[in-house]
Amino acid sequence: MKLKYTALALAAALSVGAAQSATVKIGFVTTLTTGGAVIGTDMQNAVNLAMEHLGKKAGGTDLQVVFADDAVKPETGKQATDRLVKEDKVDFVAGYIWSHVLLASMKSALDGGAFLISANAGPSQIAGKLCHENFFSTSWQNDQTTMAMGEVLNKKGIKSVYAMAPNYAAGQDMIAGVERTFKGKVVGKDLTKWGADPQLDFSAELAKAKDSGAEALFVFYPGAAGGAFAKQYQQAGLNKKLPLYSTFTLDALSLPKLQAGKLNDILGSRFTQEWDPTLDNAANKKFVADFKAKHGTYPSFYAAQSYDAIMLIASAVKATNGNMKDKDAVRKALKAANYESVRGKYTYGNNHFPIQNFYLREVVADAQGNWTTKVVDTVYTNHQDPYASECKMK
Amino acid sequence: MDFSLLIVQVLNGLQLGLLLFLVASGLTLVFGILDFVNLAHASLYMVGAMICASLTIALNSFVLAVLIALPLTALVGWGIERFIARRLYGRDHLDHVLATFGLILVLGTIAHLIWGPKGISVPLPNVLRGQVALSETVVLPTYRLVIIGTGLAAAAFLFWLVNYTRLGMLIRAGASNRAMVAALGINIERLFSFVFALGAVLAGLAGMLIAPITEASLGMGNSIIITSFVVIIVGGIGSMKGAFVAAMLIGLIDTLGRAFLDDFFKLFMSVNAAENSAPALSAMLIYLIMAVVLAVKPKGLFPPKVR
Repeated sequence: MKLKYTALALAAALSVGAAQSATVKIGFVTTLTTGGAVIGTDMQNAVNLAMEHLGKKAGGTDLQVVFADDAVKPETGKQATDRLVKEDKVDFVAGYIWSHVLLASMKSALDGGAFLISANAGPSQIAGKLCHENFFSTSWQNDQTTMAMGEVLNKKGIKSVYAMAPNYAAGQDMIAGVERTFKGKVVGKDLTKWGADPQLDFSAELAKAKDSGAEALFVFYPGAAGGAFAKQYQQAGLNKKLPLYSTFTLDALSLPKLQAGKLNDILGSRFTQEWDPTLDNAANKKFVADFKAKHGTYPSFYAAQSYDAIMLIASAVKATNGNMKDKDAVRKALKAANYESVRGKYTYGNNHFPIQNFYLREVVADAQGNWTTKVVDTVYTNHQDPYASECKMK
Repeated sequence: MDFSLLIVQVLNGLQLGLLLFLVASGLTLVFGILDFVNLAHASLYMVGAMICASLTIALNSFVLAVLIALPLTALVGWGIERFIARRLYGRDHLDHVLATFGLILVLGTIAHLIWGPKGISVPLPNVLRGQVALSETVVLPTYRLVIIGTGLAAAAFLFWLVNYTRLGMLIRAGASNRAMVAALGINIERLFSFVFALGAVLAGLAGMLIAPITEASLGMGNSIIITSFVVIIVGGIGSMKGAFVAAMLIGLIDTLGRAFLDDFFKLFMSVNAAENSAPALSAMLIYLIMAVVLAVKPKGLFPPKVR
């Protein structure tokens, strides 16, 4: 196994030649078309801000970013990854909002000899059996955020929940995460159609949830679907009967729209996450302030993780003086996570997923009256995902 | 499962069916009368929703915005007919498909330039934000009932227009024999413009109605156009009655499938297997129905009379 990778790395190094050392190229795969472009654009803005903060340099080495679109389709994401690795000859492939896209693209990136950095997706497979020495995450494993949510539900004394999520890899992981820590009963669940043409009308599912007699409703609806869900939840008048607990559903992308739509029931709604714009560290303050100055809105957690992905890569390039041929040195530098993450200091576990804190966030209005979030509690301190033990790496 | 849940789900299905009918009726009108395949029909759905969303934010009134956006959408439809579609009537269907597919891209890009990639959330007036209790256990969002009411009113209006007015008579005559109608001194071009604009208004209205539930966004047309084609194929291409029946059928089947299929599967398979297979099958259900209908009645449920 090891021999094969060494051979591949050698082959990649030979084919690229000596010209590579001047500039380190980073491919960034995200969603730039379809409804998911709202997320992708936010990530792109964060990547560009990170490059600006770095002066497009890491140590003495120039950095260059090439963006590519996945259109929320696994096959498109894989093609984009192939193109980045084979034609653009990138050293790192980063990005990936969607778990199913990341799973489809993984082999193309890693077999091509590039380092793969997930700035969002965290499918259980890559944290466990499919873990790889050249894969790193600047986000989380899918289960973790909802495991934290399960603990929050326990603390509230809730005995039964109804769960809803889109029908794809992450949706299934998210519900599995809640079931892992939640001590009560999941009385019913719905997995709804997802992809480039997702189901956005949840009338049937909300009626079922209401009828189920559950004490609370747990949902995972990322991107535009989150806003649609929040609206229908309010229109159905469920906030008194079936309090809402969510992950990745309300974020800096949906909140301004929901505020414009006057969905005041959303204020006070709580969800779990590894990052928040109010986290008190120098890197985060600079990131949030500069992002707001440039784009007029708070950055989303997608943006925060993308900013971190570029900063992590830059730290490794700097530590190795831009020598991408020495894969072992680059890997060691990545694993050290020796950079100022906007979530604060974290470490990498054996499967190269962060061991980090998870917070309970609440939707509030800021001093200017704009809707954002603040941290109300720390649910987990230095939490490692449950699949790490299935990964054979040390 | 109890009876009140079934009623709620049937009403949800009707609401979806009526929205589908609004889009499909325009599609079937244009196809049946103008003999023109308009893939860009869903772009009019999106354009209507986006215009209405901007106006709602600007005027702070959803109802007023709808009333202004409807004629504006008609104007867009009229422009498309006058400058693009009219030149294509003589060509074959493949050319229609090619041209209107290009039109989707053009309209999508224009909308992207005007409104940007982000969707617009449409605020509802307070009256429409609550719920209505039809009985103690049957409680529906007020706005869903408004959609059902508006959809039924639009369907009734169309029925009256096509069957009981002079204009409707001309529309039907134009569909049967356009040369003869023209020979009788009727301005067929103006008639076609009207039909096209009417289709645009219906699609735009559907977009305006759905926007407060989901949001007005660039890609919103993609999700409904395929289902609308399923509706007109199942109903019989060109038939208004077929479009109505098929839209109701598809709306109900889709909603009830999502609502009850997993419970049904649990009767004879494990809970896990049921929860995993039900969403997959309910996503396919409408296509299965289409396959069955096409196998039994290749021209759809209500094929219009042959010319």
